[in-house]
Amino acid sequence: MGSGTSTQHHLAFQNAEKAFRAAALIQRWYRRHAARLEMRRRCTWSIFQSIEYAGQQDQGKLHDFFSYLMDHFTPSSHNERDFLNRMFTGEGLPQDSETERCSDYESVEVPDSYVGPRLSFPLLPAHATALVEAFRLRQQLHARYVLHLLHEAKKHLVQLPNITRVSTCYSEEVTVCGDLHGQLDDLIFIFYKNGLPSPERVYVFNGDFVDRGKDSVEILMVLFAFMLVYPKEFHLNRGNHEDHMVNLRYGFTKEVMNKYKIHGKKILRTLQDVFRWLPLATLVDEKVLILHGGVSDTTDLELLDKLDRHKIVSALWCKTREASAQQAEEKDDARPGAAERPVPWFLPQTERRAPAVLALLPAGAAGRAARGGAAGHGAPLPAAEPPEPTQQEWRQVVDILWSDPMAQEGCRANTGRGGGCYFGPDVTERLLQKHNLQFLIRSHECKPEGYEFCHSRKVLTIFSASNYYEVGSNRGAYVKLGPALTPHIVQYQANKATCTLTMRQRISRVEESALRALREKLFAHSSDLLGEFKKYDAGRVAPSDWAAAVEAALRLRLPWRLLRPQLAGGAEADGDGALHYRAWLAGLAQAPPSRENIQSSLLEKLYRNRSDLETIFRIIDSDHSGFISLDEFRQTWRLFSSHMNVDVADDCICDLARSIDFNKDGLIDINEFLEAFRLVEQSCSD
Amino acid sequence: MADDRDREEAVVAELHKKIKDAFEVFDHESNNTVDVREIGTIMRSLGCCPSEGELHDLIAEVEDEEPTGYIRFEKFLPVMTEILLQRRYRPVPEDILLRAFEVLDSTKRGFLTKEELVKYMTEEGEPFSQEEMEEMLSAAIDPDSNSIHYRDYITMMVIDEH
Repeated sequence: MGSGTSTQHHLAFQNAEKAFRAAALIQRWYRRHAARLEMRRRCTWSIFQSIEYAGQQDQGKLHDFFSYLMDHFTPSSHNERDFLNRMFTGEGLPQDSETERCSDYESVEVPDSYVGPRLSFPLLPAHATALVEAFRLRQQLHARYVLHLLHEAKKHLVQLPNITRVSTCYSEEVTVCGDLHGQLDDLIFIFYKNGLPSPERVYVFNGDFVDRGKDSVEILMVLFAFMLVYPKEFHLNRGNHEDHMVNLRYGFTKEVMNKYKIHGKKILRTLQDVFRWLPLATLVDEKVLILHGGVSDTTDLELLDKLDRHKIVSALWCKTREASAQQAEEKDDARPGAAERPVPWFLPQTERRAPAVLALLPAGAAGRAARGGAAGHGAPLPAAEPPEPTQQEWRQVVDILWSDPMAQEGCRANTGRGGGCYFGPDVTERLLQKHNLQFLIRSHECKPEGYEFCHSRKVLTIFSASNYYEVGSNRGAYVKLGPALTPHIVQYQANKATCTLTMRQRISRVEESALRALREKLFAHSSDLLGEFKKYDAGRVAPSDWAAAVEAALRLRLPWRLLRPQLAGGAEADGDGALHYRAWLAGLAQAPPSRENIQSSLLEKLYRNRSDLETIFRIIDSDHSGFISLDEFRQTWRLFSSHMNVDVADDCICDLARSIDFNKDGLIDINEFLEAFRLVEQSCSD
Repeated sequence: MADDRDREEAVVAELHKKIKDAFEVFDHESNNTVDVREIGTIMRSLGCCPSEGELHDLIAEVEDEEPTGYIRFEKFLPVMTEILLQRRYRPVPEDILLRAFEVLDSTKRGFLTKEELVKYMTEEGEPFSQEEMEEMLSAAIDPDSNSIHYRDYITMMVIDEH
């Protein structure tokens, strides 16, 4: 009692207050630390995304280059004409007869030594399951079975409508999966966690099965196998990567040719066709619409239901009916035989076309007459529909495969990707109301948590490729639609290693990877950067100016000031932060590939365009031998550089070609050439 | 005098660009607005270390008359510039942080048990959410002893920042 106790109380109170304040201090400090981590994570994400989307834009430019070639280039010399013919003929012109198609796989022999999985048709559930197991054990399916499976898959797909209707009366629930991008581990995990497909377990895979990952072939095989085994319960939607022109750039073509050296081209040809027959969307209980990209303000489900989806060959190459008719008119007089020039093997093969005949008809009539039953216009026409879609039809499909949602209202062109649009919540709302739908499920965009709701939960993005940019970059997810169609999300990350890392460590890892990619880009623009820096000063550049210069040179919208310490904070910087830029640029290009005679500026130009170059190489190398001749290389580079405004003198090209021919046999080994760039990439990461 | 003014203007201009860069990381639609829930992250990444209470007040300062859930850059910029110029909400120096841990470690063992840390962080001060607590534990806890050796922890965090 008395003063003793009150002193005790007073002390206790003081101590409690101290503890309170100490805790508050620690929390304050910790929250700042967490915020800085979050900022780093966001920056890293921006880096990966902007590089990825910039690449998609480049693809569009590349396709422009080839259409330009196709439509306008007049060979000025014997050599050039021969070269173009070679490039444009390739082997195996499109065959008309169905019999050739049928015997595509029959003619392929399976050697006795083959120990991989064997398929017999019609497929049984056990076969499909065995296939998954075989792939899990890293076995490879023989080309014959691949071709046979694709053949059967096409037969099935052709019968399907553009929009698949699914009803939950017949099955308990529907599982929807997003982009897989060749990541077989994720698919296997989904089947492990959610169960294999069965009559009671409906699956919808929402496109982008291929490209970027290393097991695109295997994923396709598994998906098609289950589709054949459970045709009513296993559904596929086309994604923007189910497009052979996109595949040329993003790795699927390369993967097929690497795994199937002899029959790869046949497989790719067949796939060109199969992709075009994939359904465009799935509708669950007439309430939930599932499609790969999104919608636009002109999306019309009735039109989508009716159009001939097979005609939409590629988002990056479209000869529409209108353009075709116009061109037919122009070509009419121009060059003899021009209309009959065979279509290059890498461009869409059109079937049953009679261009010469169409060319004789006036513009509008071509379309009308070809629809059969026309009022007798001269030459007899095949009763088939013209092979091209209308402009409107093509737009409809590209929109649903390429669009992304945005938070603002309205609808504008998707400049990031170069195709489709950005659509706002009002566009979503209008579409849902028009067709009496509850919500939209789409994929197409990588999300850190594997999924994301937007537009007041009316749009769900689901992305199933975990660790997409880098190990630890993001989770994957799938969604189950239960009774009343309420979505239930399941997340995962298919890599045990990342589970044991702390968030801090994970972010550091992914960040390092992004910075590496960014350093490569900086190196690739060394000349441009030098030009920009010189505008400020002869030797040093202030931090703020550095950021402005880099933004101007690279044209990537990134938080350069935030990134500067990690990209340009080293020994080249003075006390006031100003950078000795020449030393810095030299540092970026450390240990260049040890090939004399390759001027550094030329190397840099090649490096910057290396993805395009690789694509072009693969196109020129029409027999997929892995080699192209010096001449072919020179010709192509000349065409490419003049079209893309890459300024390179002619004799430099010759020198370069000669120096790339490492063993002086007149042939360039593509892989060896690209190896030089790998060394550059390695040096950028040091 | 003119020189001083120039210098000050240059400093302000540089601050503006820094703030803009940080803001744009979260400006997903490129329309100069960010979700109000990201303001804390943006401010802290610019070097400030406000308490949750102080943050709450700051947000009220930059919000619109009718809060929309979004903060506009035009309102954010002047407030943030002033904060940075005045060097308000400076971060906690390491030695003060160490002493804070020592206050909680009343018997001066050099560590806190997991239970003690959780109790203090979730019941005292401005309590952590469960997510924040888990995150801190994952990096701080020594799994063998199930305790946090705070001196080492602080050192590790500091190195990580630089």
